[in-house]
Amino acid sequence: MLNQFTSYLGSNLTPGTANNQLWALMYVLIIFAGVSVAVICMNWIERKALAHFQVRLGPMRVGPHGLLQPIADALKLMLKEDIIPAEADQFVFWVAPLIGLLASFTVYTVIPFGPSQAVSDMNIGILFMLGVSSLGVLGIVVAGWASNSHYPLIGALRSSAQMVSYEVAMGLAIVSAILMTSMNASGTGTLSMIEIVRAQQQQHVWFLFKFFPLGLIAFAIFAIAMVAETNRAPFDLAEAESELTAGFHTEYSGLRWSLFMLAEYAAMIAVSSIAVTLWLGGWMRPFPNLLSAPAWDFIFSLFPGLTFGGLAAIALIGTARMPAHSFFKIQRIGLAVFAALLGFIALLLLVIAVAGRSADTSLAARFNQGIGYVYWFVLKIAVFMYLFIWYRATWPRYRFDQLMRIGWKVMLPISLGVLMVTAIVGVLVK
Amino acid sequence: MSSPTKDSTKEIANGVSSRGLSSLDRASLDQANLDLETPEKPYLDSNELIINMGPQHPATHGVLRVILKLDGEKVLGTECVIGYLHRGVEKIAENRTYTMFNPYVDRMDYVAAVSNGLGYCEAVEKLLNVEAPARAKYIRVILTELNRIASHQLWLGTHALDIGAMTPLFYTFRDREEILKIFERYCGARLTTHAFRIGGCQYETYAGFEKEVKNFLAFFPPKIDEYEALLTGNRIWIERTKNVGVISAADAIALGVTGPVLRASGVKWDLRKAQPYAAYSEFDFEIPVGENGDTYDRYMVRMVEMRQSLRIIEQAVNGIPEGPIMGKVPKVIKPPVGEIYHSIEAPKGELGYFIVSDGSTQPYRIRVRPPSFVNLQALDIMVRGLLVADVVAVIGTLDIVLGEVDR
Amino acid sequence: MNPALDSGMAPVATPWFFYVLAGLAVASGVAVITRRNAVHAALALIVTLLSVAGLYLMLYAPFVAGVQIIVYAGGIMVLFLFVIMLVNIERSSKERRFNRIWPVGLAAACALMALFVSAIVKGKTVLADPMTGKALWPDIIGRLPESSNTQQIAGMLYGEAGRMGQYTFAFEIASLLLLVAILGAVIMTKKKI
Repeated sequence: MLNQFTSYLGSNLTPGTANNQLWALMYVLIIFAGVSVAVICMNWIERKALAHFQVRLGPMRVGPHGLLQPIADALKLMLKEDIIPAEADQFVFWVAPLIGLLASFTVYTVIPFGPSQAVSDMNIGILFMLGVSSLGVLGIVVAGWASNSHYPLIGALRSSAQMVSYEVAMGLAIVSAILMTSMNASGTGTLSMIEIVRAQQQQHVWFLFKFFPLGLIAFAIFAIAMVAETNRAPFDLAEAESELTAGFHTEYSGLRWSLFMLAEYAAMIAVSSIAVTLWLGGWMRPFPNLLSAPAWDFIFSLFPGLTFGGLAAIALIGTARMPAHSFFKIQRIGLAVFAALLGFIALLLLVIAVAGRSADTSLAARFNQGIGYVYWFVLKIAVFMYLFIWYRATWPRYRFDQLMRIGWKVMLPISLGVLMVTAIVGVLVK
Repeated sequence: MSSPTKDSTKEIANGVSSRGLSSLDRASLDQANLDLETPEKPYLDSNELIINMGPQHPATHGVLRVILKLDGEKVLGTECVIGYLHRGVEKIAENRTYTMFNPYVDRMDYVAAVSNGLGYCEAVEKLLNVEAPARAKYIRVILTELNRIASHQLWLGTHALDIGAMTPLFYTFRDREEILKIFERYCGARLTTHAFRIGGCQYETYAGFEKEVKNFLAFFPPKIDEYEALLTGNRIWIERTKNVGVISAADAIALGVTGPVLRASGVKWDLRKAQPYAAYSEFDFEIPVGENGDTYDRYMVRMVEMRQSLRIIEQAVNGIPEGPIMGKVPKVIKPPVGEIYHSIEAPKGELGYFIVSDGSTQPYRIRVRPPSFVNLQALDIMVRGLLVADVVAVIGTLDIVLGEVDR
Repeated sequence: MNPALDSGMAPVATPWFFYVLAGLAVASGVAVITRRNAVHAALALIVTLLSVAGLYLMLYAPFVAGVQIIVYAGGIMVLFLFVIMLVNIERSSKERRFNRIWPVGLAAACALMALFVSAIVKGKTVLADPMTGKALWPDIIGRLPESSNTQQIAGMLYGEAGRMGQYTFAFEIASLLLLVAILGAVIMTKKKI
């Protein structure tokens, strides 16, 4: 057992490839914890960002600047009464959120946070991801049906019809990106996620910019389709409050509802990471070939520490700006502690960056590289998360028939066209 | 009010058709005749179903109950059940003196209270054959136009929220605060202002009134640009509002629809120009007119109206004449026997007061013609053939206030 | 490609996984036909399909497993569920479960199973083709490296190195058939085109 534990530390493979079940399990646990923490952060960021878009402050009371609000929400949801509609099918009602949750979380086994930081580098990675996220549709359909009320049923059928329609365009956009992986010397493409990022590395271009503007259009199609997949604005008709048919999760309260929200946010992060992997270069730092001197490597490796340092500075400024009233004493202390924590993490990251600046295989260097990979990946995902919130704040929502029209009559032809032109250009360039 | 029966609906259809409507004949009205007597068919077996919206609903702008008859997703007809906010204002009027009734008037269209007050005071002044002095007229115009802007802002925020854009609501309410501050400093109240009195205004403009109004005139145009930047060119907004809820000019006139709804259908009719009251004949402004009569046109008409209101306010505040603010009105208001109908252009349409006086200090009958009540009739025509999601948009675009509809 | 993969990953606890997946497939298959509630049956069918996908994975055919999940479990079953939910079939859950001639059905099922079992057992050795010497159910055809499953299928479907694949024609015909089916469905359901 200990041997299994330590033998993995020196290798450069994913646990799946290295056939190390213990580490695979550890990665799964880390991912599960990480995604849950990320969802909690997303909740806070969404409320604060939305509020600031709308000229208000958002949560400010529960913890300094509302930092503990998500925890309070989670506690409240857990303590709520578990209401099950009278005629609902008990078993199916119970299992529906689990299906959605399973589908959203299983995708994370193939998502590469680094060249060896994935649970398993399946060589059908993208296919697996597409399949499992289409299982999420089942969760919604079943949830709507299990509520035994025709409004959630209509809402669920609409949501699932929307998701299925946009999956087609999404799949074709993904195929365009996969096609680009085969534009190498051997002419063989790959479906494996880590290999896709390696292909971008070898071809010295993010697939976003490849065969400009084809990569961009494929990325745009995927970006729109992923917003529709996760039922977010402007495609959130099925869960809007002012519409007649309430969403599929109407009858769910308390912890069950929070499982749906967890699944939705996890799905958002999952599809964003797919977009990042396929088009935005995954874990690669910006300009790995243009600025490839070790000095540049060092500068870019300082970014994680500097980011946390910046966050710590913002928290400190927030502490300083708190009113000097006794009512705010606890909040001030809390925020100062939070700033100190962020500062400590920043310091740690800077120390690792400095200690590991040589590209050898010492522990510090490997930590440094690993942190760098994960940092750039998460940063790119964070951009997408912000975009999700921005869309929700700015745009009205589409009517359902307009939504379906866009999915079938606009996105599908464009993605087919992009696929064909990419293939033709690829053959011509060869 | 009890729920309308089949017979009363037929009665209404009969009465309407006997007055000779353009395209609204009995057959088309009967088509929407909601068969509420027969038991509801099992849900998913047939295509037609009857759905109830409200009275508690986030999007009906008050306690309005709308019964929809649907064929799948398409609306075949609607029936509005009102009366949830009926407070018997007109009956109360029979037991109050004219001066005592003034504050009640604000509570009808509580969003645009100043207009309500203006209409009532002018009606009684006409009955008394008294005219408010010029200064009072200018103050009245300034406050009424400010209230028009405030009312349109509230409409914009809630209408955008119904269609799904959450953010304009907060922007419009934030900017509306400036207007409400002016009202509060003038008469002490933000919403139900009771700003005017019969014969003029009671309160002189406070020190700094003109300066604050001019500040508002400088502050507001960029805000309208901000709202337009969010919505006017927005692809999703255009798709949700163009060709949604179309009403033709002939239908609008036939139903008695007034206000921005009428003007968006192409009829250039504004009481401020057609039958000028207060000091409107002295100002230079334009009446925006739409083309298609759809939701987008109504939106554009109201946005332009806000800008034109700014123009009126600017002209008014730059030229407020000196003089008294109260006309020669007796202490006890006892109009001579007679009746009068006086209407003004409220933000929502033609607001009319029909006052019958029997010579005593209390009116014999006051009948209010609320613009929202008459405009609401057009809902049925506008939503025929639309999808359910559009019903919410159309209710929003009609800009109804239930306090006015039910009184 | 990743060199570690081509050498073939050492499988872990294969018999255990096989029995679990196969048992799950059989159990949920039985659940499909015995559940009163149609939605329960559809969910059980989803479990069956997913366990079959797992079995494909164990046969070193990851592409087939992935496509099984996407097409079958994610597409066809969603369609099944849509239809079940849109059509009011609560009546059937109240009907009699088994009709009176069930012994005949049981006998037919047993006969079919006997046929399958004998074909599998005898096909290994006895039913060998005299001309080529190939048996009906040979033990191991050949374990293709897992990483090339996708490429092999692509080669069979689309052809490689300039020649047409083994199943290209059938593939194209099948896609035309699907197109006709889609158009037919659209025409039949729209009220007016």
